[in-house]
Amino acid sequence: MSSTIGKNGNQFIHWFKFSSPATFYPLAGKLIPFFWALAIIFGIAGLWISFFVAPVDAVQGQGYRIIFIHVPASWMSMFIYIVMAVWAGLGLVFNTRLSAMMAQALAPTGALMAFISLWTGAFWGKPMWGAWWVWDARLTSELILLFLYLGFMALQASIDDPRRADKAGAILALVGVVNVPIIYFSVKWWNTLHQGASISVDKAPSMAHTMLLGMLLMALCLWMYSIAVALMRVRAIILERESHADWVRSLEGVK
Amino acid sequence: MMWNSPADFLAMGGYALYVWSSFGLCALILILEPIAIHARRKAITQRLRREIRAEKFDKEGMK
Repeated sequence: MSSTIGKNGNQFIHWFKFSSPATFYPLAGKLIPFFWALAIIFGIAGLWISFFVAPVDAVQGQGYRIIFIHVPASWMSMFIYIVMAVWAGLGLVFNTRLSAMMAQALAPTGALMAFISLWTGAFWGKPMWGAWWVWDARLTSELILLFLYLGFMALQASIDDPRRADKAGAILALVGVVNVPIIYFSVKWWNTLHQGASISVDKAPSMAHTMLLGMLLMALCLWMYSIAVALMRVRAIILERESHADWVRSLEGVK
Repeated sequence: MMWNSPADFLAMGGYALYVWSSFGLCALILILEPIAIHARRKAITQRLRREIRAEKFDKEGMK
């Protein structure tokens, strides 16, 4: 009995080891090239399928190809928000500095994904619906998501004490999570101009496979990209916020 | 093959403006974001280097 407690205790210590910025910083540095490589591989494969393998749509012609960037970016904007809120929440509960820094590193990338989603949506809506923008439930809730990201970033930037900024930001991030299911289910709950399931655009089942594969590859590309840039940004944030620490001052490249 | 010529590919069946604006902006963001992060990193490492140099200078000046 005591041995299992001891074992669990060791695992616990092992896990929390990487919650220290000093140990996480070099680990993140080693992981970045790996995620960049994956992002590029998935990106090339995804673009190839999007433009050269997926057949033309019966209704929307070649214009539907915007789906291959629009849907993955929208997925990522929601997914990153949840991950950001989880990190912010962990920072609030365990009071770990690194969790809050991770949340801070994810916010700009999430905001850019939300922006790409809205931008590509406008350029898809114009030829298909005849309008750049409509105040539809899906579009409006995605716009609110962008404002939540911007609000989180602005709130953190406006509080001088970083620990207080982390706490205030975490509460905003956690409250904002309620918006994510609203975005996701908006097309079911309300009558929206925005179409329901993204894969229902096509008719033939063989087409669904290549389209779905293209979307999944593009989503994986954006996912790996987001991890790579979030790790790059968290390393910069660690240096900024731990600049007084001895380990930072003895780093290669800082000396 | 779906496209008869490079011009056919660029025309995107009449949707060139919409398709290329979408993919173009996305490409631009995915290129600019890492550049911006790199600049941020450069700014902080330069500041740290300056501070360390200044501290060293202070200590050696005391002797």
